[in-house]
Amino acid sequence: MYVAVKGGEAAIANAHRLLADRRRGDRTVPALTLEQIAGQLSLAVDRVMAEGSLYDPDLAAMAVRQARGDLIEAIFLIRAYRTTLPRFAASQPIETGRMRIERRISATYKDLPGGQLLGPTFDYTHRLIDPEMAKDGDVAAAERRETAGDSHAPRVTDILGDEALIEGDGDRAGEAEPADLTRSPLGFPTGRDLRLQALARGDEGFLLALGYSTQRGYGRTHPFVGEVRIGFVDVEVELPEFGFAVTIGRVRVTECQMISQFTGSKEEPPQFTRGYGLVFGQSERKAMAMSLVDRALRADEFDEERRSPAQDEEFVLAHSDNIQATGFVEHLKLPHYVDFQAELELLRRMRREGDRPAEEGDETE
Amino acid sequence: MAGLRQSEQAVIGGFVDPVFDAQAVFRALLDATARPGTVRDLGGTCEPPAPLGPAQGAILLAFSDMTTPVFVEAERGACAAWLGFHTGAALVDAGAAHFAVLREFGEAALDTLPLGTLAYPDRSATVLVETESLTGGDALALSGPGIDGRRTIAPAGLGAGFLAAREANRALFPCGIDLVLTCGSAILALPRSTTVEEV
Amino acid sequence: MAEKSASGEAREQANEQHIEARRRAVSAFAQAETDMLARLWEEVGEGRPIAAVRGPEVGLVMVRGRVGGGGAPFNLGEASVTRASVRLGEGTVGHAMTLGRDLERARLAASFDALWQLDAAHRDMVESRVVLPIEAAIAEAETKAREETEATRVDFFTMARGEDE
Repeated sequence: MYVAVKGGEAAIANAHRLLADRRRGDRTVPALTLEQIAGQLSLAVDRVMAEGSLYDPDLAAMAVRQARGDLIEAIFLIRAYRTTLPRFAASQPIETGRMRIERRISATYKDLPGGQLLGPTFDYTHRLIDPEMAKDGDVAAAERRETAGDSHAPRVTDILGDEALIEGDGDRAGEAEPADLTRSPLGFPTGRDLRLQALARGDEGFLLALGYSTQRGYGRTHPFVGEVRIGFVDVEVELPEFGFAVTIGRVRVTECQMISQFTGSKEEPPQFTRGYGLVFGQSERKAMAMSLVDRALRADEFDEERRSPAQDEEFVLAHSDNIQATGFVEHLKLPHYVDFQAELELLRRMRREGDRPAEEGDETE
Repeated sequence: MAGLRQSEQAVIGGFVDPVFDAQAVFRALLDATARPGTVRDLGGTCEPPAPLGPAQGAILLAFSDMTTPVFVEAERGACAAWLGFHTGAALVDAGAAHFAVLREFGEAALDTLPLGTLAYPDRSATVLVETESLTGGDALALSGPGIDGRRTIAPAGLGAGFLAAREANRALFPCGIDLVLTCGSAILALPRSTTVEEV
Repeated sequence: MAEKSASGEAREQANEQHIEARRRAVSAFAQAETDMLARLWEEVGEGRPIAAVRGPEVGLVMVRGRVGGGGAPFNLGEASVTRASVRLGEGTVGHAMTLGRDLERARLAASFDALWQLDAAHRDMVESRVVLPIEAAIAEAETKAREETEATRVDFFTMARGEDE
């Protein structure tokens, strides 16, 4: 229960002013520009776009700045912003097989068609703080190597798929309208379309922990990274004013195909199954964790016993959204004066009632 | 090119001031629904293609978007492009419609349109029917929420099955169809909670 | 009869070519930098008045992916977009939708779409002076990115071990 309490106005106004002051910090230090945030903290911006569920690097950079680098606060700002805008259309499904690849690796095939392209990765770095980061030294331009081909590569699952050793992409379901958790309330059980939407905007840390838990035996799978690819895909939209699909721009996404565990039943021969991860921006960790959790959530499809948190869709989907989670956790700091008074009163009464029979007992003895 | 002409036709006839016109139409339909049987004039805010009347066009412009598919009986091709451009709404079969523009309201409407579910009674279609006139027809008595006692209306050209369909619709409560009668730019709402009887 | 259907087929084919050409042009306008569009409009727009029919206005597009990459569609997340519809002095209406929240880019892209549709002469002119340069600029940026990625390609080689040879 909440009661209206007056008297905080001046304190709130001054707190806002103090926040603005602290956000700006030392005035002798130049203020951050949005270009700096979008360009030099681009992975923070990508995370805000992915979990804010809105692709807009400039806006995400603005949110990061406003939130003083608190990414969940920035994600909150993005989510709030998107509710103010009308939705004009839904895109055609993006074709990740036509991705302009910036990074693409496979842990299952050394020599897969299209090759292994490391791209701008932290892997193979020493992961030691580099003193050069304290300075603003010159940075060499990226090395270039001429190439004849385009930058597309077949998806690894299409390669294995030719031998029927791996499950396919599944039915396109007559291109039915996919479920949308921003439009209708979450209900269980869900379809894989809705689960993937929830996971794509889910908290990276939560999904990482769940994915990790499946590796440690809480929901057994034996996963291999079939492929991780990062790059740009075109966004195509069919608009009534044109009557045909047009490209409206491109977005950077990260896709992970996680290959795992043999199955096999009376109808199906043993084959590899797959978990899928697709995330806005460059976020390999998130896409990999997502694909692990996606696979774990498909337990019922493969007659696996559901015993672990990562296999429980209600547990996973109800807790993966960090805006919902922070809202409910952080609301605890709102005034609960009346609530607490009531509980205090209850406790006192219980104490009093607890004391009385004992006294009476003493008397009867 | 024929396609070109249609696309140019589609872009005209929308709200002149999308925000304020939509708000005014929203308010008018809200009031009309809150006081069933009262007539309100939406004014000439838009020029929709046939068979949509001005009030029907205005209501669809104000209320529909890409998530509210529309069914238009006797559609002649121009509605899809017009609604698509101005609202993003798609024309669909009756069974998937959130808004339906019918020639008349009869029991067929209850057989084909979504009626809502007990968990989500709001998921029923809102039906728009153009009438010859909202006055001068046979008198009908209204009662129910938003009506102090009884209110009499006399729309003309409702069709033979109207009263039976209203009764069947009333029996579905809390599900059922909300009906808006239109005539030119004027509207009269008969929500599902209103009982309609012969006088 | 056969002749008629042949001419119908030819007309259909011409229509498809027209749609494909416009699709390509509209896609180019949407992906061009605003500065480039403004400069090109300065060059080929002949100072035409551009009347707003709708927008430019900012909204959202739900970006979809496919389950497993090639299966049934699912909703990945939204992207901000700007759309505009404009009418040229001649009466031709053009449309545009572009990713992001740049109102001027959408307005100019719609203007180019209208100019492209004006007549055959304008279409050819817009194709050669606007669409081709935009496509060249996009291709150049993509070539740079591709070559930078290419330099990170792993060239595996196997070292012979053991005493077989």
